[in-house]
Amino acid sequence: MISTDWTERTTADRDIPADPGAAVLTTDPYTSTIDVWGASASADIAAPADVTAPATVLPRRLDHRTNSQAKRTIGRFSSQDAFRGVGIAVSSLATTMLIFGRLTSLSGRLGFAVVGFVVFLATHAVLASLTDNGPAIVDKVMSALMTSAAVAAGVALFSVIIFTFARAWRAIIRPNFYLEDLSTTGSLQPLGEGGILHAIVGSLIMTSLALIFSVPLAVLCSVFMNETKSRAANLVRTVVTAMTALPSILAGLFIFATWILLLGFERSGLAASIAISIMMLPIIIRSADVVLRLVPGNLREAAAALGAPRWRTVWHVVLPTARSGLTTSVILGVARGIGETAPVLLTAGVAQTMNKNPFSGGMMSLPLEAFLLVKQPDPTQIARGFGAAAVLLILVLLLFTVARVIGGRPAGRMSKRQTRRSTSRSAADLQRIEARKQHTQQHEVTP
Amino acid sequence: MAGVSMDTTTTVVDASGVEGPTPTPRLLKALDNRGDRIFQGVASMSGIAVLSIMGLVGLFLAKEAIPALRSSGLSFFTTTQWQPDQGGSFGIASVLWYTLLIAIVAVAIALPISMGTALFITDVAPTWLRSTLIALVDLMAAVPSVVYGLWGLFLLQGQVIGVSRWLNTWFGWLPFFKVTGADPNSPLAAATVYTASTFIAGIAVAMMVMPIQCVVMREVFSQVPPGEREGAYALGSTRWGMIRVVAMPFGRGGIIGGTMLGLGRALGETIAVVLIISPRFDITFHVLEAGSNSVASLIAIRYSESSEFGLSALFAAGLALFAVTLVVNFTASYFVARSRSGSSSEA
Repeated sequence: MISTDWTERTTADRDIPADPGAAVLTTDPYTSTIDVWGASASADIAAPADVTAPATVLPRRLDHRTNSQAKRTIGRFSSQDAFRGVGIAVSSLATTMLIFGRLTSLSGRLGFAVVGFVVFLATHAVLASLTDNGPAIVDKVMSALMTSAAVAAGVALFSVIIFTFARAWRAIIRPNFYLEDLSTTGSLQPLGEGGILHAIVGSLIMTSLALIFSVPLAVLCSVFMNETKSRAANLVRTVVTAMTALPSILAGLFIFATWILLLGFERSGLAASIAISIMMLPIIIRSADVVLRLVPGNLREAAAALGAPRWRTVWHVVLPTARSGLTTSVILGVARGIGETAPVLLTAGVAQTMNKNPFSGGMMSLPLEAFLLVKQPDPTQIARGFGAAAVLLILVLLLFTVARVIGGRPAGRMSKRQTRRSTSRSAADLQRIEARKQHTQQHEVTP
Repeated sequence: MAGVSMDTTTTVVDASGVEGPTPTPRLLKALDNRGDRIFQGVASMSGIAVLSIMGLVGLFLAKEAIPALRSSGLSFFTTTQWQPDQGGSFGIASVLWYTLLIAIVAVAIALPISMGTALFITDVAPTWLRSTLIALVDLMAAVPSVVYGLWGLFLLQGQVIGVSRWLNTWFGWLPFFKVTGADPNSPLAAATVYTASTFIAGIAVAMMVMPIQCVVMREVFSQVPPGEREGAYALGSTRWGMIRVVAMPFGRGGIIGGTMLGLGRALGETIAVVLIISPRFDITFHVLEAGSNSVASLIAIRYSESSEFGLSALFAAGLALFAVTLVVNFTASYFVARSRSGSSSEA
């Protein structure tokens, strides 16, 4: 681990015992005549007797290994650490194989990994106790624990992604998978026939409708929480945070109770998109809330000082400043909404044919298609189900990457194009002001 | 201001005799113009709309649940069976029990990982790695639950059976690792007693819970005042010592809030659970044993084949889930809101 944070360097310093000589060095060894280096150094500098001419003598380089005033290395990772790491890995691997294969009857790669991890921690602690004392051992073990938690999360995420694509591969490499629907394709037809075009189209329609419903309300609500200084803002914030964990099936059940049972509409893409927008709403609000809070307060105060009413401040200062962050929060909401299965299951109805009309008839979505297909027994249908899941995952990854690219800039930092536009607008303003000044000056002179 | 003259000697003006209104402090409140009043109104409306959506969800669940609740009465909370369509008894005792069990398993697995990851990101990882890690955790939260369900069913299940068998063999004497019908001594024992269990569903749900918890905790840990952090280091603390003494107490609200927010998500998870478990209607501690249940999966499985009364019973189950998650989420929300250090970027 190479630390770049200076606070961590200070802790690294502590690991090395305090050097009493470290503070003595006050003069430059190469120019000074003061003998700070002891007898051996001065003997080198003084010309030996058998040399004829007192030629220029280069000062000898100080040997860092023997000199007590050598520069200390601040980084945490040394060659000793590397040896230690290899040693721990080999020894824990051997111990794990002994325990796993001989002493207890375990099976499966996961069991091996779990046992190996425990043995690794124990070995790490024992090795640390050879060189370090109490708190340092705990520190090392806990650092290893925190690192391995992050590694475990990373491994899990990548195994999910890789596994999905590996199982979907047979289906997603065929072009017909993206160009046909499943209306005439049964479970016995090979993967060369049928596709999930209807689910892709359905997902896009539902998500777009959900966007239209949720984005204006979500942005207004986050503006309400940040810009109006209303006392209810905290209540709304608490409710929204609670709503982010609202079970998705309940959103579906709610639309089922109102839209379908009470109002008597049929199951359709529209009903599903309302249910999805209920799920997207709190997610967009919560991240938009954070983004709006990051808009510097002095921008608002500057607008207020120029006499702008609050709605103009919001419209011309706050929202444009937070534009990239708001886009990101909307995209994250979409990524969540497009993957919702449970609300769609209850409200959209099932159709294996293409339906582009969200107002009538059943409509399929990608996650629902994946869910329904993998529940069937035949391998081809399961492969199609994984294919749908993989396409969904691609869409989510795509949205996510776009969100990162847009949201990478902090609030108020403009892209090149935006800067150019803003500069030209500013120049035009200046021209206008100058023109008016000249105009008024002329008028003042003439009378 | 009035009464000050340019005399060479300073005279104190007698204010008591001066006629006129006594000075009052100026009204510092700016009156909104019409545009701002409209803005305030529209913004407030959006707040009210969001609040009322939450209220309406509960209201309509309750309204639809009334027929079922009226017919079953209090036995709704004690019955383990679910046969409303056959005119039999029905209740959420078993379903709610297994819902809680799955959520507890999920949180027990997710909590150490999310806390470790959050601390790794804020305190251990090199700076150049941090933004990448944050993005990866966010990506984990964005992966659809159906994908986690497929992963749990087709990949995880085969791997976990070995662990389940080992836990049952060596720790089977603990009530929650017991598996009825399993014979650890038989080499040919069927693996089916370990499939579709609460444990497997819990691991899959943990994958969804972990990023939610991690995001909240990371936010709180990153707000630890640098002065206190460096103070601990200056006093000779190790990194873990600093985390234990400074970061953890500072972030306690975030840890509790994040954990409970994850619990709320785990309680309501539907599709991954439906894919993995096979339903059962009893009450046991046996986490590793085949079969489990959850309210959300019950609704998802039964809604299409239910009569009108059966639907009402499902709405009642949904109402119970809503009440439980509401309590959990609001507690979480309360803790998260309290741990927030406020608008720190305010100039």
